[in-house]
Amino acid sequence: MKQMKSKITWRKITESKLFFPLLTLSLILLFDLIFIPGFFKVQTRDGNLYGSLIDIMRNASTVMLLAIGMTLVIATGGVDLSVGAVMAISASVAAIMMNPVIIGLELPPDLMKFMNDPNFTYSPLWEVILVTLIVATICGLWNGLLVAYVKIQPMVATLILMIAGRGIAQLITNGVRIQIFYKPYAFIGQGWIVLPFSLYIVAFVFLVAWILTRKTAIGLFIESVGTNFRSSFFSGIDEKKIKLLAYAFCGFCAGIAGLVASSNIKTSDANNIGDALELDAILAVVIGGTLMSGGRFSLLSSLVGALVIQAITTSMYALGVPAFALQAIKGVVVILVILLYSEQARSLLRKLSTQKEA
Amino acid sequence: MADKENEALLISMQGISKVFPGVQALVNVDFSLRYGEIHALMGGNGAGKSTLIKTLTGVEKPDSGRIFLAGKEIHPKSTQHVQSLGISTVYQEINLCPNLTVAENILIGREPHKWGRIDWKAMNAQAHEILERILGLDIDVTHTLGSYSVAIQQMVAIARALEIEAAKVLILDEPTSSLSVAETEQLFQVMRKLKGDNVGIIFITHFINQVYEISDRITVIRNGTLVGTWETASLPRMELIVKMIGKSITVLDEMLKTKAETGKKIREELVLEAEGFGRSGDVDPLDLKLHAGEVLGLAGLVGSGRTETASLLFGLEKPDSGSLKIGGKQVAKYSPLDSINRGLVLSPEDRKATGIVDDLTIRENIILALQAGQGWFKYLSMQKQYELADKYIQLLEISTPSPDQPVKNLSGGNQQKVILARWLATNPQVLILDEPTRGIDVGTKAEIQKLVLALAEEGRACIFISSELEEVMRCSHRIAVLCDRQKVAEFDGDVDEQVIMQAMAGES
Repeated sequence: MKQMKSKITWRKITESKLFFPLLTLSLILLFDLIFIPGFFKVQTRDGNLYGSLIDIMRNASTVMLLAIGMTLVIATGGVDLSVGAVMAISASVAAIMMNPVIIGLELPPDLMKFMNDPNFTYSPLWEVILVTLIVATICGLWNGLLVAYVKIQPMVATLILMIAGRGIAQLITNGVRIQIFYKPYAFIGQGWIVLPFSLYIVAFVFLVAWILTRKTAIGLFIESVGTNFRSSFFSGIDEKKIKLLAYAFCGFCAGIAGLVASSNIKTSDANNIGDALELDAILAVVIGGTLMSGGRFSLLSSLVGALVIQAITTSMYALGVPAFALQAIKGVVVILVILLYSEQARSLLRKLSTQKEA
Repeated sequence: MADKENEALLISMQGISKVFPGVQALVNVDFSLRYGEIHALMGGNGAGKSTLIKTLTGVEKPDSGRIFLAGKEIHPKSTQHVQSLGISTVYQEINLCPNLTVAENILIGREPHKWGRIDWKAMNAQAHEILERILGLDIDVTHTLGSYSVAIQQMVAIARALEIEAAKVLILDEPTSSLSVAETEQLFQVMRKLKGDNVGIIFITHFINQVYEISDRITVIRNGTLVGTWETASLPRMELIVKMIGKSITVLDEMLKTKAETGKKIREELVLEAEGFGRSGDVDPLDLKLHAGEVLGLAGLVGSGRTETASLLFGLEKPDSGSLKIGGKQVAKYSPLDSINRGLVLSPEDRKATGIVDDLTIRENIILALQAGQGWFKYLSMQKQYELADKYIQLLEISTPSPDQPVKNLSGGNQQKVILARWLATNPQVLILDEPTRGIDVGTKAEIQKLVLALAEEGRACIFISSELEEVMRCSHRIAVLCDRQKVAEFDGDVDEQVIMQAMAGES
C-alpha cells in the first residue's frame, strides 16, 4: 500500500511541468558547484546580498518579466515576437517624459538649469510609469487585434511591430539616445532591498498574472482555447477576447521589462534595449514545458526556464568562456534540455523508474 | 479465369478485402464499371466507399482481391501510377492553384514553347480549345482560376484530368456537395458529354435525387460489405434507402413504453419556435416547433441539412431569413454564448474537432460551458467544480479513476458522456443532440437514448439527430424529415418506418 502511494507521488512529480526545468537548473548549478569555486558564495554588504546566484536572478529579471506575458500568449497557441521592440518603445517613452529637452522642448530658464540634475524629472515618476505601461499595453492590444480579429497568423502579426517598433522608438526620441539622470528611476533596475529591487517587481507581476489566471476562469479559458479553439467556441467561450487579453498582458509585461532595462543602463537605447530578448523569452517558456502549439501552461515553470537561460550565461562567463563562443555553447545546452523533454526521453525515464520500483 | 468477361468491362474489382487495425473495412467486395457509364457508389458514413476507391487509386493496398482495367489485371502502386494508367480522381476539395490562370492550370508542366520561352498566345488558345472540345465550356482562360465559381473550377480539374492524363476512368468524390442547383446542372451536362465519349464515371454522393437524375447503375456498400449493384431504373428510391440504412433487429419494447409515457407529459408550452428560418446555401427556410418535454427527431440522409439546421439554431451561423423564438422570446443575437445563456445547447456531431478539449481534465471539460456562461470573473469554486464533476460522473456512469484524468484518455463513449455532462451542467431547456451515438458501442447507445427520454420527462425539450433511423424512431415523439436541405415532412412519433423512408428519399 505504502509502495503504491510512493509510486503515485513519484509519477506525479515527474509529470509535473516544474520537474524538468527544476532538474535542468539543478544540474547546471551542480556543475557550477563542482567546477567554479566560490560560485555559491553570497556576501552581505550594507545588509544587502551579493554573489553569482543573486546576479543570475537579477540579470534574468527582464526575461522573467517577458516570459510571464509570453506564457499566456503561447498558451493560446500564438507567439509574440514584438516584446523586445515594445521594451524599446517603453524605454523611449519613459526617457522623453523625464528628459524632454532633446526633442527641442524649451523649458523655462529656472527649470532648464536642473536638466541634468539627478534629482530632477520633468514628469513625476508615477506619471512616467503609468503612461509607459499604458503605451506598452496599447502595443499589446494592437497585436491582439491583428491576431484575434483580423486573423493574421501570430508570427506575422507580431513581426510587424517587431520591425516597426524600433523605428517608432527612434521617432519618439528623435533618433537620439536620451541619457536618464533621474536617480529614483535608476532604483527600478539597480536598487537593492536585501535582494535586487527588480526581483520584487518580478514577484509582483507574477502574482498579478497568477491571480488573473488561476483565481478567475481566464486561465482555464486560455488553456481551452489553446488546446482546441473550435470546441471552445462551441462551448460559448469568446476566444477572440481571450486572445486579445493575452496579447495585451504580454505588452504590459514588456513595458515593465522596458522600464527595468532602461533604468539599468540609464539611457533609452532604441537599438539595443530588448534586442533578441523575445527569443530568450520564448525559449524560457519552452524550457518551462509549455507547448508552442498552446494549451496547458505553468507560469512558475516559465520563470524557472528564464533562470536556466541566465544560469547558463553566467556560468559560462564565470568559467571564462569568451563572449563570442557563448551563443554556440548556449545552443548546445538548450538542445540537450529540449531533447530531455521529448516523448522518447520521457518514456525511457518512465521505464527506468518503474524498473527501479519493481 | 473470367478475363473474357472482364474485357467488356472498363473496370472490374473482384473480392476486395481490407483490414485496418481493429476494423474490417472491406469484406470481399466486387465492383464493376462499364464503358460510357455513370455508376453511383452509395453508403453511409464509414460504410467503406472511400476505402474501396482508395484501393483503386493506389492510396491503400488491398489485402486480397484483383483489379482489372480493360481486361488487364493491374496492381495500383501509387496515385501517380494509377493516373498514368488513365484513372483520374477529382476530389471535393480542388487541388489546383487558384492564383494561376485557367490556361496555366490546365497546361502546367507542358506549356507550348517558342524560342525557348513560353508561347502564351498558343497556350491560351490550346487551353480554350481543350475546354471547348472536352466539356463544351466557353470561358476566358486568361482569368485566374480562383475568380470562377467552384463548379467551373471543378470542371477545369476534370478537363486537366482528361486531357493530360488521357483518363478513361473518372472518379468524382462528392463533387456536388458545395455546388448550387444551377452549378450542379452544369456539371451534369459535362458528365453526360463525357459519357457519350465512352468515359466511365464513378460518382460518389449523398444526394439521392442526383443519383436518380444522372446515374446508370448504383452500387451500395454497408459496413464494408457489398449490398448489391442494380440498374438505377429498376431500383425504387425506397428500396435504395432500405439497402443503405439496413435493418438491425434490436427491439427495445421498454423504451417504446417510456416513450409513450413521456409522450403524455408533453406540455402545450412552446420552447422553440422557428418560422421561415434558414440560410441560403445551408438550409432552405423551414418552420419548426418544439414543446416542453418533447423529443423531436430530425431524420434525413447525410447532407440533407440536419447538421446545418442544428448549427443555425445554436447560432454558429447567422440565419438570413425568418425568425426564431426561444422560450417565447425573440432571438436577436446569434452566437453560441447567447444560446447557452438562453438555455439552448448543441452537442456537436464531430466529437473530436468541436466537442472535447482533449488536454483538459474531465472536470474542466464538464464545467467549461457553465463557466463560459458565467463569464471570466465569477470562477466556480474548486469544491463546486468537483461536486459537479462527481455528480455527472455518477449520473452518466462515466468510467474513469478520477475527475482529474485528461479527457483524451477516455473511450469515445465516455467522451460523449462528458460532452453531454458539459451541457447538462448548464441546465438547458432545449438540447440539440447531433449524432450523439456515433461510433459508440451498442450498450452505451441504449444508455444515451434512455437519457434523452429521461431528460424529456424532466420537462426539457430535445432535438435528436441521427443517421440511424431506428434510433430516431425509438426516441422521438415527433419526427421532421429533411431532404436536399429542405424540410419535406413531419410525422407523429409512431409513424411507419416506410413512410419516413419515402420522405427521406424525396418521394411524396
